[in-house]
Amino acid sequence: MRETAVVGFAQRQMKDFDGSPSMAELLVPILAECYEQTGWAKKDIGFWCSGSSDYLAGRSFSFVSAIDAIGVLPPVNESHVEMDAAWALYEAWLKIQTGEVDTALVFGFGKASAGVLRRTLALQLDPYTMTPLWPDTVSLAALQARAGLDAGLWDEAALAEVVNRSLTDAEKNEYAVRAGGSSVEELLARPMFADPLRKHDCAPVTDGAAAIVLAAGDRAREANQRPAWISGIAHSSDGLHLGTRDLTSSGSAERAVAAAGGTAGVQVAELHAPFSHQELVLRSALGLGNDVRISPSGGALAANPMFSAGAIRIGEAAKQIWDGSADKVLGHATSGPALQQNLVCVMEGRN
Amino acid sequence: MSRTLQAPVTVAFDYTRSTGPVIGRFLTGLRDATVVGGRLADGRVAVPPPEYDPVSHQAVTEFVDLPDTGTVTSWTWVSEPVAGQPFDRPFAYALVTVDGADTGWLHAVDVASAAEIETGMKVRARWAEQRTGSVNDLVFVPDDGGDSGGATGEPGNEDVDRIITPVSLDYSYAASPEESAFFRGLAEGRILGQRCPQCKKVYVPPRGACPTDGVPTSEEVELAQVGTVTTFCVVNVPFLGQKIKPPYVSAYVLLDGADIALQHLILDIPAEEVRMGMRVEAVWRPRDEWGTSIENISHFAPADEPDADFDSYKHHL
Repeated sequence: MRETAVVGFAQRQMKDFDGSPSMAELLVPILAECYEQTGWAKKDIGFWCSGSSDYLAGRSFSFVSAIDAIGVLPPVNESHVEMDAAWALYEAWLKIQTGEVDTALVFGFGKASAGVLRRTLALQLDPYTMTPLWPDTVSLAALQARAGLDAGLWDEAALAEVVNRSLTDAEKNEYAVRAGGSSVEELLARPMFADPLRKHDCAPVTDGAAAIVLAAGDRAREANQRPAWISGIAHSSDGLHLGTRDLTSSGSAERAVAAAGGTAGVQVAELHAPFSHQELVLRSALGLGNDVRISPSGGALAANPMFSAGAIRIGEAAKQIWDGSADKVLGHATSGPALQQNLVCVMEGRN
Repeated sequence: MSRTLQAPVTVAFDYTRSTGPVIGRFLTGLRDATVVGGRLADGRVAVPPPEYDPVSHQAVTEFVDLPDTGTVTSWTWVSEPVAGQPFDRPFAYALVTVDGADTGWLHAVDVASAAEIETGMKVRARWAEQRTGSVNDLVFVPDDGGDSGGATGEPGNEDVDRIITPVSLDYSYAASPEESAFFRGLAEGRILGQRCPQCKKVYVPPRGACPTDGVPTSEEVELAQVGTVTTFCVVNVPFLGQKIKPPYVSAYVLLDGADIALQHLILDIPAEEVRMGMRVEAVWRPRDEWGTSIENISHFAPADEPDADFDSYKHHL
């Protein structure tokens, strides 16, 4: 396998963005930050890959106007996934593995505030037996949360503890949309939204964008003094129908982490858990012990920009390597209803 | 004044889908008030039946007719329903394991409050009187031992082999700051472009970023209302929403002073006489009809000028 590292990362997370659904305006400064971090210019990037959704933007080919931000004349080597940019990162990593390119810039963007997010996402369900009922993402997650409560795998206090820790950590994150810890008692006193979930158990609707730079071998060392070397990356998916899988566990996360080489030695894990109970499902599926620091950024409960929140987890984890806070980290991304699809990226620092 | 122009937009269309033998069998069953399950490779019965076993990936070929009663295995309360859901008042979504099946079916349960539903509760189908072969042919209600209403009506003769799924999504659509400047200019009878600070090209409509340099366009430029047809097509095909009777011409017009052509209509001339290099000018609607829209310009019409030299626009094709 070709040694490949995360060497650049920039992000924006906001409640709403008073601007273009194409997000080109938002991407320009983020890409500039990546150039600044790596010392590179557009000509140094061998491959570009983005993640976004036309349904979120409310128009077709929404990524085409966004790629103006990278300067695509003369034409660049470019691709797009209708997934979180973490999957665009996976495609870019593969591209580097082929030897065709040495560097890649990956970005994702989404303006979730333009529509009713939990409704828009019903379009990612089975169009025959699910979408006609317009089940919203919050309801689907709540069915998963209830299944775990009924099975005795967690209780409401455990969910509140996840929220309290996340929002306390988020106080140090300048991009957090929601921050400020309180107490488990205070959280449990708040009203239900989608029983058994309260609003604080659900990620806030967030607009935003993120960009990550990947590089191979010496190109990585040139761009970053302590690159976050990718030692394992994999993704997997579970079946479409909620009823045919055990919602209280995550087979796809287990398969992905096994294919990525496991979590032995991981010190920090940034988990993309848009609902509080999903962090508990993921900790178990990924085999993360109590000594692993979970989502010091505050995680998705603090901000969850669509199509970039997963990539942001990888970027936040990589930062822990860059500044020497950790030697081995994990970034995780999810997509689809109730953790249907999961991606795991394990990164290491070398001294 | 808001930084950008915003407007509500609804994106709506109907998906027409063929159902295939497995989903078709299931939906035909629902039309006839019968729940049809499919047997998985490990012997379990799934509702709805998947086309392929999610673990073994074997095709599902064995079907089982099941009763329309079942048990709630998980549930949630929808306190703020959104458009398109089975009820426009608070209700429950649940996973219902139909009697004789082994997997939960996502569906709605009609109860008045969250206090009236719990895991393990028995439910039964309440069938719609007019059924079309859709999951919306029923909702679940608490099973009080009463009649499901499913026996009414004759089974249809034809199997369900297609469904139409209407999709309608509402957005608050925002133009970018650069596009907003363009549309505000149109409301004043002006055509505004913006110049890239690096390559100096003038874009109309202006863009969030120059596609060559990746930087936002900034300097505002008012463009001439006269330009050159660089390329065009004659529209002969009628389509939904068409406002002009074919044949007519849609063309790229390179306004004097711009580096990118603007698409618009060419009228006031027979379609077969439109040509590359033809000089045209903007024809505005009456001022009292103006909004912040490109429709303020009704169309472009021939200007009283000789055709432009090919060299003057050959780099803009």
